[in-house]
Amino acid sequence: MSVSEPQVTAAGLPPDARAELDRIRKRYPTNEAALLPALSIAQRVWGGWLPDEAIAAVAAELDLPASTVYGVVTFYDLFHQKPVGRHRIRVCTNLPCQLRGCEEIMETLHQELKVEEDEVTPDGRCSFIHFECLGSCDTAPMMMVGDDYHENLTPERTRQIVRGLK
Amino acid sequence: MSETFEPVLTQNVGRPDALSLQGYRKTGGYEGLAKALKMEPAAVVEEVKKSGLRGRGGAGFPAGMKWSFIGKAKPRYLVCNADESEPGTFKDRLLMEVDPHQLLEGCAICCWAVEANTCYIYIRGEYTKAAAILERAIREANEAGVLGDNAMGSGFKLDMYVHRGAGAYICGEETGMLESLEGKRGQPRVKPPFPAVVGAFDKPTVVNNVETLCNVPHILTRGADWFKSIGTDERNTGPKLYAISGHVERPGTYEFPIGVPFRELLDKAGGMYRHGTLKAFIPGGASAPILPASQIDLKMDFDSVAKAGSMLGSAAVIVMDDTTCLVRSVARLAKFFNHESCGQCTPCREGTNWMELLLHRLEDGQGSEGDGKLLLSICGHIGGQSLCPLGDAAIGPVKSLVEGFWPEVEQHIRDKRCPFPHRRYFGNGAH
Repeated sequence: MSVSEPQVTAAGLPPDARAELDRIRKRYPTNEAALLPALSIAQRVWGGWLPDEAIAAVAAELDLPASTVYGVVTFYDLFHQKPVGRHRIRVCTNLPCQLRGCEEIMETLHQELKVEEDEVTPDGRCSFIHFECLGSCDTAPMMMVGDDYHENLTPERTRQIVRGLK
Repeated sequence: MSETFEPVLTQNVGRPDALSLQGYRKTGGYEGLAKALKMEPAAVVEEVKKSGLRGRGGAGFPAGMKWSFIGKAKPRYLVCNADESEPGTFKDRLLMEVDPHQLLEGCAICCWAVEANTCYIYIRGEYTKAAAILERAIREANEAGVLGDNAMGSGFKLDMYVHRGAGAYICGEETGMLESLEGKRGQPRVKPPFPAVVGAFDKPTVVNNVETLCNVPHILTRGADWFKSIGTDERNTGPKLYAISGHVERPGTYEFPIGVPFRELLDKAGGMYRHGTLKAFIPGGASAPILPASQIDLKMDFDSVAKAGSMLGSAAVIVMDDTTCLVRSVARLAKFFNHESCGQCTPCREGTNWMELLLHRLEDGQGSEGDGKLLLSICGHIGGQSLCPLGDAAIGPVKSLVEGFWPEVEQHIRDKRCPFPHRRYFGNGAH
């Protein structure tokens, strides 16, 4: 076992999450195909990120080696391996948003939250990160807060949104 | 022709009742599927072939031909590519959020045509709203017997599921998508075998883009000849969505007959942002070489754009005015490709990294005369040397910058700084 291999612990998926996963598993001819949905469920259960015990729980649930699950987690941008804020803010900074001023939005978040990119505010409320294209180029600049799109942003509007996050 | 053109794919934009099955049926929804289910599957494939419909995801491969390659083994699958991650592209999101049943109907017709009983709609993880809308539409269609064990009373069993991705551009490549659907890292497969023969779960699989499938119900109801009457010529047929962004007054998704001149599209989008001057545009998403303003009358179809040295791709048009630094713009795209390279093939993994570093160096005024040659040499080592099209995509904007806009790059080198005023660059650093 390599040093980065997560250690299996006793904690598994809670019953309702397991029931949700069982429903999803029926859609696929293989166990492994349910891995991405399973990780999304686990990430929700573990407060927005995937600690080693979450990876171990998913691996046990789907009867996969933890190393396989770990390899998948590290491949995808929406799975996180360190704590994130209760509100996870993603700012699109690809070219169409760059042309319409995404830097101002990044600067505003930096000033407002007083943490660096990808750090969590001391109260655990927010973290922000720059992101690749989020498919909302017609409403640039934009950001996602959790699952919600906030579009046609200005620095002022960004401040209002962030101040409204509890 | 575009003056008299009635929108086809976006006809339900602004009609919120189209979200429901009942509302969708009011304007002829699911009549294409009803018609298809009374035809032989092979005849449906033939009709789509005859229409000349080419894939709307980027490659422009004839859809009917793709369907006709389907292998003999069973079960078979349809995987709808709703991963839409090409920078500049947001048309599929509109189609899914506004008219989900149009997509479901297209998927269902394709499934009948290739005799697939299961369809997965692979949607990028960030599109939570579209995923919820599709799931609701599928539930409604199942409950009404339009889909499910006995689709429209035909005896055809059709299960449809939404499968959410988790943030990886490479999963938009069809074999990367299949790997991801199977629960693995989205690293593309060696082709052949093609997905039509060995696809999802090693079974014959068709992978089609959202917009491609949305065209299918209309081809069935109105006929291949009607479809062919729209567009530039017999190789470029049908309606097309253009997603236009950047320096225009009204960025958005606009539907035209394929082959609309760029000038007309620009007008439709309200012209240049704050009356700026057009400098350059990208006609088909981040992978497409940049074209200069002199190409303003270019017909926006597959072959015309290819002839002009770029590609229609996903028809994501990014417009840049003369305040735009192209070195900085291309550096941003290079950063994207470096981040999104799956790491499997050395030329792409290493080359995209070096291109990003070199372009940042140029943008920071630290470049040297030899950098142009060096960039082209890296492009040469990536192009055609990797398993999937990501490597080729990554070199498109870089080559066009060096070959088409060298004086601007040279100015960065000579002045030892970027000649354009702008804010702190957020391209650097860890993702």
